[in-house]
Amino acid sequence: MLAQDDFFLAPGIEWFHLGPVIALVSGALVLLVVGALTPRWPRGLYAYVTALTAAVAGGLAVFNWNDITDDGVSTLVGGALAFDTFAQMITITVCAATLLVALVTDDELRRAGKDGPEVYALFLIAATGAVVMGSANDLILLFLGLETLSLALYVLAASDRERPTSQEAGIKYFVLGGFASAFFLYGIALIYGGTQSTNIGEIIGSFQTSVLLDGKDTLVLAGIALLIVGLGFKVAAVPFHMWTPDVYQGAPTNVTAFMASVGKAGAFAAMLRVLVIALPFHRDDWRPAIWVLAVLSLVIGSVLAVVQTDVKRMLAYSSISHAGFILVGVEAAGHNAGELAPGDGMPSVLTYLLLYSVLTVGSFAVVSLVARNNGGDTSLDAFKGLAQRRPTIALALTVFLLAQAGVPLTSGFIAKWGVIQAAVEEESYAIAIIAMVAAVVAAFLYLRIMVSTWLETGAESTEREAVPFSTGVAVFSAAAFTLLIGVWPGWLLDAAESVTTYAK
Amino acid sequence: MQAVVLAAVVPTTTYYLVLSAALFGIGATGLLVRRNPLIMFMCIELMLNAVNVTFVALAVRFGNIDGQTAVFFVLVVAAAEVVVGLGIIISILRRRPGATADDLAELKG
Amino acid sequence: MLDVIWLIPAFPLAGFLLILLFGRRLGEPKSGYLASAMVLASFVVSVGAYFDLLSMDSHERAHIETLFSWVPVSSLQIDMAFLADPLSITMCLFVTGIGFLIHLFAVGYMHGDPNFSKFFLYLNLFVLSMTILVLGENLLVTFLGWEGVGTCSYLLISFWHQRESAATAGKKAFVTNRVGDWGFMLAMFLGFEAVGSVSYHALNGAAEAGSLATSTATGIALLLFVGAVGKSAQLPLYIWLPDAMEGPTPVSALIHAATMVTAGVFLMTRMNPMLAAAAPEASTIIAVVGALTALFAATIAVAQTDIKKVLAYSTVSQLGYMFLAVGSGAFVAAIFHMVTHAFFKALMFLGSGSVIHGMHHEQDMRKMGALRKLMPITAATFIVGWLAIAGVPPFAGFWSKDEILLFALAKGGTWGPILYVVGLVTAVLTAFYMTRQVIMVFFGEAKWESHANAAEAPEGEDEMTHGAHGEFKPHESPPIMLFPLVVLAGLAAVGGLIQLPAFGFIPDGWQHKLEHWLEPVVEAGEAHIAGTSAYDNKELLALLAIACALIGIGVAVAIYAKKLVKPVEPQLLADGWKYDSGVSAFMGGPGRKAFEAIAWFDKNVVDGAVHGVAKLVGGAGGQIRKTQTGNVRNYAGIVGVGVVLLLAWFVIGRGVL
Repeated sequence: MLAQDDFFLAPGIEWFHLGPVIALVSGALVLLVVGALTPRWPRGLYAYVTALTAAVAGGLAVFNWNDITDDGVSTLVGGALAFDTFAQMITITVCAATLLVALVTDDELRRAGKDGPEVYALFLIAATGAVVMGSANDLILLFLGLETLSLALYVLAASDRERPTSQEAGIKYFVLGGFASAFFLYGIALIYGGTQSTNIGEIIGSFQTSVLLDGKDTLVLAGIALLIVGLGFKVAAVPFHMWTPDVYQGAPTNVTAFMASVGKAGAFAAMLRVLVIALPFHRDDWRPAIWVLAVLSLVIGSVLAVVQTDVKRMLAYSSISHAGFILVGVEAAGHNAGELAPGDGMPSVLTYLLLYSVLTVGSFAVVSLVARNNGGDTSLDAFKGLAQRRPTIALALTVFLLAQAGVPLTSGFIAKWGVIQAAVEEESYAIAIIAMVAAVVAAFLYLRIMVSTWLETGAESTEREAVPFSTGVAVFSAAAFTLLIGVWPGWLLDAAESVTTYAK
Repeated sequence: MQAVVLAAVVPTTTYYLVLSAALFGIGATGLLVRRNPLIMFMCIELMLNAVNVTFVALAVRFGNIDGQTAVFFVLVVAAAEVVVGLGIIISILRRRPGATADDLAELKG
Repeated sequence: MLDVIWLIPAFPLAGFLLILLFGRRLGEPKSGYLASAMVLASFVVSVGAYFDLLSMDSHERAHIETLFSWVPVSSLQIDMAFLADPLSITMCLFVTGIGFLIHLFAVGYMHGDPNFSKFFLYLNLFVLSMTILVLGENLLVTFLGWEGVGTCSYLLISFWHQRESAATAGKKAFVTNRVGDWGFMLAMFLGFEAVGSVSYHALNGAAEAGSLATSTATGIALLLFVGAVGKSAQLPLYIWLPDAMEGPTPVSALIHAATMVTAGVFLMTRMNPMLAAAAPEASTIIAVVGALTALFAATIAVAQTDIKKVLAYSTVSQLGYMFLAVGSGAFVAAIFHMVTHAFFKALMFLGSGSVIHGMHHEQDMRKMGALRKLMPITAATFIVGWLAIAGVPPFAGFWSKDEILLFALAKGGTWGPILYVVGLVTAVLTAFYMTRQVIMVFFGEAKWESHANAAEAPEGEDEMTHGAHGEFKPHESPPIMLFPLVVLAGLAAVGGLIQLPAFGFIPDGWQHKLEHWLEPVVEAGEAHIAGTSAYDNKELLALLAIACALIGIGVAVAIYAKKLVKPVEPQLLADGWKYDSGVSAFMGGPGRKAFEAIAWFDKNVVDGAVHGVAKLVGGAGGQIRKTQTGNVRNYAGIVGVGVVLLLAWFVIGRGVL
């Protein structure tokens, strides 16, 4: 009778606390199974089911948040998953982005006559992966989350079978992603070699009790280096960024929006889990590495963005520069990782991720509208005269671009202010100054797009962009959110600030 | 005499770790030098399995099962990767028979 | 009125929204009148606020009106709040007052422009941002306005974006201003880190109480100065301002002469306790940069032929005076000069706009001349402006410039006398180039005749109808453009009354009015110069300044006006030619060379530096771009290099060593 075996106690499963993950997986399964067995659903239903699933998952995360504020943090499923506000914040970010992307995707697919459940199911599976990355309390589970996210993204990048560039993007992403994942996995193995465990709580414990290691265990150090490689690849930090521009440009625009929002949020969540929460004892070892990655990403991302002529590619490089900004926050968080009174680094990163996700989905949604009107052309020329054809859409794009440039009264300012203030607080002045210089350079890029949109006139023959309902809703709500946070950021910053204790 | 020498070489965990590192390096190098997408893909699988050797060796050394469970998950991931990878590669090869990784460079700059 | 101080920005905001929604339906000229009315309403509120403050005890004259809590996080409390005190209300009065006049002028000037409504949309947005800038109770609110005016400036410079040069100029303004913003933001972060707040009250309070380390205060003051240098077009970031003249002339008058460019001076004055708490070298740096800019820009103005470029460089030069004042602790004088400068420079820009309008968009002064008969009101008002900027008493410019020079000399030490002499030389040059401009445009021969159709030579004032295309006949502007000119001319003439010096012959009640008004704001930073030898001899110094102005005017008249008398007094003319050739032997030889060299330096080296940075970014981008080959194996190779470097750092750098 196995059930009565004293040696094995099945871990309790806290079903309700696992709600967000369960909701996302069920949504994906419903889409796959029911979608495959039934004839084509009425228009838009696939997207609405996806959006609903994301909304439910996000709502459950909010319930979880309340539970955590009342009862404190804990771990789930035998210490495999962390149940803390950090995880819920990432879940909410991922779900919000998924919801917006689903709305944009609806029009994109139906216009092309390719409506079907597969893409949406993949979105939900990828979102599950990102949520798991944000709440993993075990490095192996974190790897599983990473692979769930990545494998879905490989397929999504290559999902437009009619465009060779989409397939090129898929294979490039796949080969390089697999390469980076292998390094990440090797990093886990080496950490395991140094600490005898893959569980984050036990890893911390082994450093606390170990006198011998003295923070100089080569196995662990090499492991950290390889973990940073894998995470740096996923967040698109220079020099592991090479795939980003090609894949962002080649993938279908709605998928690019998803990668830039959900992909980035999940990857940064994993980075914070691994570096700040699991490896505080090595903070002086990894912080300089993050510093260098941040500076390189800021400089190279901004500089290369300026010389591009394709808007999708520009936004890809700008996402690299944004990754640099977020790394500034990670670096700041590294200064007091593992201490009881955490600094502003962690909240600033979480805020940045949420705000940037919404922003970037909004930007790419506008790009997809314009591209569709111009036969898939996303060059700067396609944006000429947008203000005359579609002033509201041009206004929304301007809001997103101003926010990406960090102009006050938009959410982007709050995000950038947060990370730079965190860096200044930790007296990392050099990186704060570099970040601001990079922002100056990058401002020029956003200016270029705005000039094309507002000041230049397009070809006479260009038709007005069609703005389908659900994309319109997505763009409008993203822009409204961007402005709302710009004027009234208090509640969000308060929420982020309350993320101080982590389950481990 | 010879038998004695052989018996003296008792493989320790380090041996397996070195073997694993070597396999991993071969995989990584292969990915860098080969052009056939299928071979590159096999190199990635080699790298993953090299890590599996590390996990198993360490698990035996520590006497806990964390490493061995990890191997199961990695195998599942590798299988999933095969499905996705082959799917993408085949769809490309169908469109452009005999394409190598170097031919796919339309996106750049 | 103080409780509803938010109405000052609210009115232009309403105007902005109304024109945004109904602009196309309103059309010309209704949207222009709407925009003007909104600014007038703000002016009325400002006047109300002024009288409210006046009725209060002088040290209670500060009212904070909090609209809402903007960033209410435990460690970071920032309110969206407005501060009404003598300084901000002074700024509001002249921003909205002059703004209203320029709006009116623009209704006439922009007549027939296809984007008439859009222009006023931007103008109202600008007034909104500018009032937010000056009313802000903390650095962040001011920064919001600061960014806003920068954006409007950019939009308005490239308003005629069909011109390639206008688009380029807009970009240049945007980029240089970002450099300045960067200083502003760093100052904000540093201030926040040191004091835990970004409100002026807290920052200045900490500086006054001496609880800030000198190094911190110096850092904040200098970083803010970097911001001010960008916004107020000082060396080395002044380059965008002359190019900004590509915008419509009312924009040049409003944004690039009267209001936005003075934001830097305003900011330094607002933070004057910080400057007082900083090391004295900070003030000296500001004064030296200001004086150098004043002199440098004045020498360039001498060699310009574009009517607006002269005024643009002159603006840079006058802003330099204001920073000289700030650096010498003469905050009242800086604000005083800012106000008088706003009067006469807005007047002259609008006057030049009237000329350009009358000359059918001709801006080259060499093609003008003898316009005073055809444009009598424009000429008369322009001449008032000229006398004011040249420093001829009793016009406004004389009093403010004299006070700045007095403080510069009284600063003492090594730098005081040097700065004073630089200021005097600049005064001579200012008088010279402005006289040159007045003569070239309004006196002398009518050189536009040779450029017009020969048959269309004007007969006289009776034929001042707007000619059809092809005709070329300068004409006086419509009344709606002349009215602002006349009002501004009046202000430029008597503006000095607000701050008369303590000269013996001036009754006590008339002296230092502005100083008493601003005292609660500037008392921490204002230099006390009573008792210095400079102060005791102030009448003498004033005479010296007058002499300098007259020398400048005299030389210019001798060079540029003598030929005017040719038909009447041939002998004198011959003498004039001799004198002229003598001067032009110098001016045409080494002198002219020097000025041209400076102009060349400006055009090629300084401009080149900006283009150089852009090229550097572009070039570096182009090079790095080549690594992005599109080949997946190369990418994997770069990832591999990253792996090796990271491993090396961790294993060797942190592990073995």
